[in-house]
Amino acid sequence: MRVLAALSGGVDSAVAAARAVDAGHDVVGVHMALSRSRDQFRTGSRGCCSIEDAGDARRAADVLGIPYYVWDLSERFEETVVADFLAEYAAGRTPNPCVRCNEHIKFEALLDKAVALGFDAVCTGHYARIAVRDGADPAHSAGTADVRELHRAADPAKDQSYVLAVMGPERLARSMFPLGDAPSKAHVREEAAARGLSVSAKPDSYDICFVADGDTQGFLRERLGARPGDVVDTEGRVVGAHDGAYAYTVGQRKGLQIGRPAPDGRPRYVLEVQPVTNRVVVGPAGALAVAAVRGTGAVWLAPDVVGDDDGDGDWFGCAAQVRAHGDPVAARARRTSGGGVRIEVDGDLRGVAPGQSVVLYDGTRVLGQATVEGTERA
Amino acid sequence: MTAYLDHAATTPMLPAAVDALTAELGRTGNASSLHSAGRAARRVVEESREQLAAALGAHPSEVVLTAGGTEADNLAVQGIYWAATARDPARRRVLVSAVEHHAVLDPARWLAARAGAEVVLLPVDAEGRLDLAALEAELRASAGTVALISVMWANNEVGTVQPLPDVVALAGRYGVPVHADAVQAVGQLPVDFAASGLDAMTVSAHKIGGPLGAGALLARRGLDLVPVLHGGGQERGVRSGTLDGPAARSFAVAADAAVRAQPATATRLAGLRDDLVRRVRAAVPGAVLRGPDPSGASGDHASAGAGPGRPAEGRPGRLPGNAHLTFAGCEGDSLLVGLDLAGVQCSTGSACQAGVPQASHVLLAMGVVEDEARGALRFSLGRTSTAADVDALLAVLPDAVARARTAGLASAAPGGAR
Repeated sequence: MRVLAALSGGVDSAVAAARAVDAGHDVVGVHMALSRSRDQFRTGSRGCCSIEDAGDARRAADVLGIPYYVWDLSERFEETVVADFLAEYAAGRTPNPCVRCNEHIKFEALLDKAVALGFDAVCTGHYARIAVRDGADPAHSAGTADVRELHRAADPAKDQSYVLAVMGPERLARSMFPLGDAPSKAHVREEAAARGLSVSAKPDSYDICFVADGDTQGFLRERLGARPGDVVDTEGRVVGAHDGAYAYTVGQRKGLQIGRPAPDGRPRYVLEVQPVTNRVVVGPAGALAVAAVRGTGAVWLAPDVVGDDDGDGDWFGCAAQVRAHGDPVAARARRTSGGGVRIEVDGDLRGVAPGQSVVLYDGTRVLGQATVEGTERA
Repeated sequence: MTAYLDHAATTPMLPAAVDALTAELGRTGNASSLHSAGRAARRVVEESREQLAAALGAHPSEVVLTAGGTEADNLAVQGIYWAATARDPARRRVLVSAVEHHAVLDPARWLAARAGAEVVLLPVDAEGRLDLAALEAELRASAGTVALISVMWANNEVGTVQPLPDVVALAGRYGVPVHADAVQAVGQLPVDFAASGLDAMTVSAHKIGGPLGAGALLARRGLDLVPVLHGGGQERGVRSGTLDGPAARSFAVAADAAVRAQPATATRLAGLRDDLVRRVRAAVPGAVLRGPDPSGASGDHASAGAGPGRPAEGRPGRLPGNAHLTFAGCEGDSLLVGLDLAGVQCSTGSACQAGVPQASHVLLAMGVVEDEARGALRFSLGRTSTAADVDALLAVLPDAVARARTAGLASAAPGGAR
C-alpha cells in the first residue's frame, strides 16, 4: 500500500512510520504545519507546531529513508479546531480539541488530501488497534466486505481510542495505527533508540498544542475578552465573581475564588456554566452525579451492536467513557432520532460537561461516540 | 527516470570546479600569513579574484569575496545604508523592488526596524517588471533622502529581467547608488559590471556550477561601504574572515566557464524552456505562465537586437532557463509531492519557513490573487538540462495536476464539519 505517515516530530509517530516501512508499505512522511505565527513556531516547542518539531520529523524521515514534506494545514486548523475551541468555551461547553483535530485535520483534511494524491492510507502514532473481521463470516450479516473494528490499545495506560472514535467506518478503513499492539511507551522508546531515531528520549507532549505556554485560561481571555459575571449557588445566591464564564468547566473545584465558605463547610464544584446569563453555578460534589447523558452528532462503528437505522433504536449494554483518561462506567444506551444517543448510567459518573465526547465501548471494542449535549442528575 | 528542474535553487557543480576545489583543499596556508605557505594561498585567492573580475567585467579590487549571495546582499544593503547615513543623516530611505529576494528585503526591513530606515517597496507590473515611473516619482520627490536603490538583475521566481539600464540612468541623475542582485543572471544573461553602471552587484558561486557557500559583492571603487562582519580586516577591511582560497579558486573556474558558455547556454535553454512552456500549456488546461511571455516576437535574450543584458525595447526579457506557471485549483505543495514521487524535481518558487510553502510575495506583487499564487511551480533549467527532462516532466505533470486539483477540492470543502 501507499501510506502517508503523519510525522509530528515525536517518538510515537516516528516509530509508527518505521513499522509501516517494515511492513513493506511504500511510505511517505508528512509533517503538518498547524500554526503560521512565527512567535508560536519559536516559543511553542511543546506543541506539534514548532520549527524544532518539524526538524525532528525531517530527521526521522531521513533515518527511515522515506520522502518527507511539510503540509500547511494551519488555515484549516484555525478554522476548525481553534475556532471550535473558542466557540464551545464561549457557549459554556467544554470542548476536546484533540478530538476535533482528529475529526477535521488528521482524518479529514490530511486523509482526503492523501487519498486525492494517490495514497491508500494514513498512518499515525496513535495507540489504538484496528481489528479486521472477515466479512464472509456467517456470524456477521453485513455481506462480504471486511468489517473494521476500533479497539483499545494493548497498553491501557496509553490507549487513545477515546480521541479516535469520532471517525466513521470509511475513515477508519483508511487509517493505520502500528503502535496499537505496543506493550508500553517505554517499549516504543526502546524501539526508537534501537532504530537510531534521535527523538527516542523526547518528552511527551501534554498541553494543547496551540496554547503555546500552557495557559488555557489566559488564551481564552486573550481571544474572547474579559466578561465579568457572578458565581452563584444552586439557590441563585451570589457567592463570588468571575472574569468570564468560559474559563470554568463542570466539575472544576480549583480556582473558584469564592470568599465565603459553603454553609456545610464542604468544597464546592462547578455544576453548570450558563453562557446567556454569564453565570457560573457551584454546589456540593453530590450534585455532580449524572444518571443519564444525551449525546448529539453520534458516529457509529458497530452497526451489529447498535443497530443500523437512524431512528430510535433498541437498548444495548455498554461502557461509557467521558474523558480521555477516565474510567469507563457501566451503562445502557440507545440511538435516538436525529443522530443522537441516550445513555443511562449504572455506575458512578460525575462532572460531565456539555461539549465533551462520550465514547461507548463493548469490552475493548469501540461502538461509537457522540458529543455530550446535556445530562440528567442522579 | 528522474528529472532535475530546479537549477535556480542550485545547479550541479562543473567537474572542473570540483577538481579545482578538491585540489586546493589539500593545501595548507592562510592567505593573510606572511610566510611562503601564506603567500601561496594568497596567490590562489588573488588569481581567482582576477579571473572572477575578468569574467564579470569588474576590476579585481572591486571583488569582495563573501560566503555566498545572501551575505553579499546583506553587505550591500546594510553597508551602503550605514555609509550613506554617516555622510548625510537625511539619507534614510531604502528603495527596493517589491519582488526582491528575501536576502535584500529582510536586511532592508531590519534596517527599518532597528536603524531608522524607511523602506519603500517599488511596485512592479503584472509581469514582475519594475515600475520605472514609480521609481522616478520617488527620486523626484526627495532624492536627497535616499540612501540606496536595490533592484535585482533578474527575478529568481518568475525570471523577469529588470530594466537596470533605466534604473541606473535615473539614479545617476539624482546621485543615488544602485545595487543589483545578479545571482540568477550570471551564466544566463550577458553580465558586465562595468558596462552596467551599477555601484554594487551580488553574485553567487553555486548557481553557476561553483561550490556552495561562496559568493562576492562587486563594489565600485569609489563606493563607501561600512562592514557588516568585523575582525581581521580582510577584503579591504570590508569583509573580515580568513580568505577561502579553495572556494575562490572553484568559483572563478565556474564563473569563467559559465560566462564563456553563456551565449550558447542561453540559446539552448531558451529553446528547451519554450518547448516546456508550450507543451505544458497544451497538456494542462488552466496552466498560466507567470512573468514575461517568451513566445513573443521580441522580448527574449536570444532575439537579435537585444543589447548585452538589456531586453529589446519596450518588452521585458526573461531568464532563458526559467519557466513559472500557476495551476488553478491546485496547491503548489500537492503538485510538488506528486512530481517528486514521480522523480521530477522542481520548486514552488516561494519562500519557505520550516518547509511550509507560502503564497509568493513576488506573485502577490504582480497582482496574482492568493488562491492562484498558491498553485505555483517553477521549472528552472541549467547546464545539464536536456530534452529528456522536459519529456519526463510532461509524462507525469497532467496526472499530478489532476490529483492536486482533487486534493485542492478536498481541502477546500470542510466536508464532515459539524
